[in-house]
Amino acid sequence: MTMTVSSPAPAPAVETATYREALRAAIREAMTRDDRVFLMGEDVGRYGGCFAVSMGLLEEFGPERIRDTPLSESAFVGAGIGAALGGLRPIVEIMTVNFSLLALDQILNNAATVLHMSGGQLNVPLVIRMTTGAGRQLAAQHSHSLEGWYAHIPGLRILAPATVADARGMLWPALADPDPVLIFENGGLYNSSGPLPADPATIDIERAAVRRPGDDVTIIAYGGTLATALTAADQLAAQGMSAEVIDLRVLRPLDDETLVGSVRRTHRAVIVDEGWRSGSLSAEISARLVEQAFYDLDAPVARVCSAEVPMPYARHLEQAALPQAADVVAAALQLAGRHG
Amino acid sequence: MSTAAKPRRARTKPSTDDRVALLREMLRIRRFEETCVQLYSTEKIRGFMHLCIGEEATAVGVMSALTKDDAVVGTYREHGQALARGMSMTTVLAEMFGKQTGCSRGRGGSMHLFDAALRFYGGNAIVGGGLPVAVGLALADRLRGQKRVTACVFGDGAFAEGEFHESANLAALWHLPVAFFCENNFYAMGTALAREHAQTDLAMRAASYGMVAWTADGMDVVAVADAARRAAEFIRAGEGPCFVELRTYRFRAHSMYDPDRYREKAEIEGWRHHDPIPALTATLRDDGALTDADLARFEKEIEAEIADAVAAAEAAPLEPVAELTRFVTSEHRSAP
Repeated sequence: MTMTVSSPAPAPAVETATYREALRAAIREAMTRDDRVFLMGEDVGRYGGCFAVSMGLLEEFGPERIRDTPLSESAFVGAGIGAALGGLRPIVEIMTVNFSLLALDQILNNAATVLHMSGGQLNVPLVIRMTTGAGRQLAAQHSHSLEGWYAHIPGLRILAPATVADARGMLWPALADPDPVLIFENGGLYNSSGPLPADPATIDIERAAVRRPGDDVTIIAYGGTLATALTAADQLAAQGMSAEVIDLRVLRPLDDETLVGSVRRTHRAVIVDEGWRSGSLSAEISARLVEQAFYDLDAPVARVCSAEVPMPYARHLEQAALPQAADVVAAALQLAGRHG
Repeated sequence: MSTAAKPRRARTKPSTDDRVALLREMLRIRRFEETCVQLYSTEKIRGFMHLCIGEEATAVGVMSALTKDDAVVGTYREHGQALARGMSMTTVLAEMFGKQTGCSRGRGGSMHLFDAALRFYGGNAIVGGGLPVAVGLALADRLRGQKRVTACVFGDGAFAEGEFHESANLAALWHLPVAFFCENNFYAMGTALAREHAQTDLAMRAASYGMVAWTADGMDVVAVADAARRAAEFIRAGEGPCFVELRTYRFRAHSMYDPDRYREKAEIEGWRHHDPIPALTATLRDDGALTDADLARFEKEIEAEIADAVAAAEAAPLEPVAELTRFVTSEHRSAP
C-alpha cells in the first residue's frame, strides 16, 4: 500500500440515495482518495456488512483494506487505535453500540486519553462507526441508545448523521480529524432516502443544523429522533404552533451557539432523546439551556426520552418505550400552556 | 518449559562488550529505581509507582534486540523499559515529579511514560489494554510494507485478560509482526500465578493460538537478549507473531502502597540468589571482562546522571494551570 492522497473522486451523479448507499459512497470515496484508509469490523467483507453498508467493497478494494475481524471488539478497536498511531486512517465498524461496550476500555482508556496522557505527543486519527437505536423489535441487547455515554468523554468527537447528506458527507471530515471520531448510525435510518449533495466536501462536523425554522418552540433532536421531531412540527403547525427543529448532528462538542440562539427566539425548548432520561444527553442540553438562556425561557425545558426500561421486544411495548411524535406535540403544547 | 518450539537458529553469544553494556544498563535502572524510592519517601514523587527492581533483565534484554524504527508498547512498571529504550532519565524523572519538562508534561506520571520519537507507546496502566494497540501498530506496518517489529510487553496478570486472548488470536490470524513479551513475575499484584491460572504454562497456552512461543530465563539478561533477538529476527523474516515468556521476579512490593503480605520472605530471599546484576557481574569478572575499576566507574557515572536528573526535575517549572485543558483534542485540526 502506498501513501498517496489523490484528489477527491467525483460525486456520484445521483440526486437521491438511501442512507445506506450514502454511507457506502462515503467509504468508497475515502478509500479511493486516501490509501491510508481501510475498513475493519465484524462481517464487513464477505458478508457485506451486518447492515449491508459495505456490500461490494471487498470485491472493489480487496481483503487487506476491507478486513473481516473475529468477534473481538476490544482487540479490533484497539488495533484500530494502534493502526492510527502507526500512520493509517482506520474506519472501524462495530455492529451496534450495545457491543461497543466490549471495547469501551479501548475507546475511553486509550483512544480518548492517549493524546492528553502523552502530553500531546500522540494523537489517534481513528473513526469508529456503529449502529444505535431501537424500533426493530431486537430487544434489550440490540436496541439501546448509548451515544450519550460517549458524548460524556473528553477527547472524542461524536457525530450522529440523521440525513442522507450527512451520512454521505460526515465521513471524510471525520477521517481528516486528528482525533478519534465516533459516528452513530441509527438503525432505523438505513433504508431512508433523501437528496445527496453534489459536493459532499462542504459538510462540516462542528455545527448543529436548523432543519425547519419556526418561532414558538425549539425542538432539539438528533439521529433517529429527527424524523420524530419533524413529524411533531408538522402536527404542531396544524394546531397553529410554529416549531423550529434543530438537528444536533454533533453530540460532542455540543453547538451551544445554535441551540441557545434558537431558544432565545422561541423561548421554549423540547429535547427529544432516544436515550434514557437520567444522566442523559438531554439532561446535559437542558442544563446548558438553563445556564445560558434562563431569562429567555418562558417555560421549563421539556424532555421526551425513552422510558427507563431495558428495551422490550413486543412491538407495542417497544413503541411505548420510545419517544413518539405525539409525546413531542403534547410536550410542546404544554409549554405554551395549551393542551392538545 | 513450554512444549512449543522456539525458532531454531544458531545461538550466538553476545560479545563481551555487549554483555558489559547490558550489565551497565541494568545497574543504571537499579540505581534509578532506588533513587525513586527515596524521592517517593520525601514526597517528590506521588501517586502509584511500580518498581522493576529484580526485573531489570527483561527490559534491558528486550530493548537490546530492537532498532530505533521498531515500536514498544509497555506496562505501568515501565521505568526500566523506558530507560532501556533510550528515554533520558531527565524526562522520565521530571514526569514523575509532575513537571512541565516531563515526557508527558506532568499529565502521565510514573505509569504513563511516552516518547513518540522513540516509538515508545506507553506506559499503559489498564492491564492488557496495550495489547490490542500493539497489534494495530503491527497491522499498520504490515499494510505499509514496513519491516519493523512491535514489541509488546505485559505481565502474567494481563495473560488472564480477554484482551490478551483476543490480541493473540488476531495477531496470529493476520500473521502480524508483533512480539509478545510476557514478564511473568508470578504475581498479578498480590495474586499468585497458580491462584489465577488453571494452566500455568503460559507459553503452551500462547502456542495454542498458532504462534511460536517459548520460555526464557527472565533473570538472565543474556538469555533475554538472545530470546528477544531470535524473536525480532523471526518477525523480520516475515514469520508472523511470536510469544516469549520471561520468568522473572520483583524484589520489592507491587507498588509503594503494597504491604507485601502475600509472599513468604523465604521465597523473596530465594529469588534474590537469581538477581540478574550480581550474576552477570560475577560471570564477567570470571571472564576477565570486568574489573572493580570498571564497576566503580559505572557507579560514578550513573550517580552523576541521576544527580543531574534529580536536580533538573527539582528546578523544572510546573505546567501552568492555564494549560490544564491542552491536549484533550489536537491543536492542529488537520491530521498529520
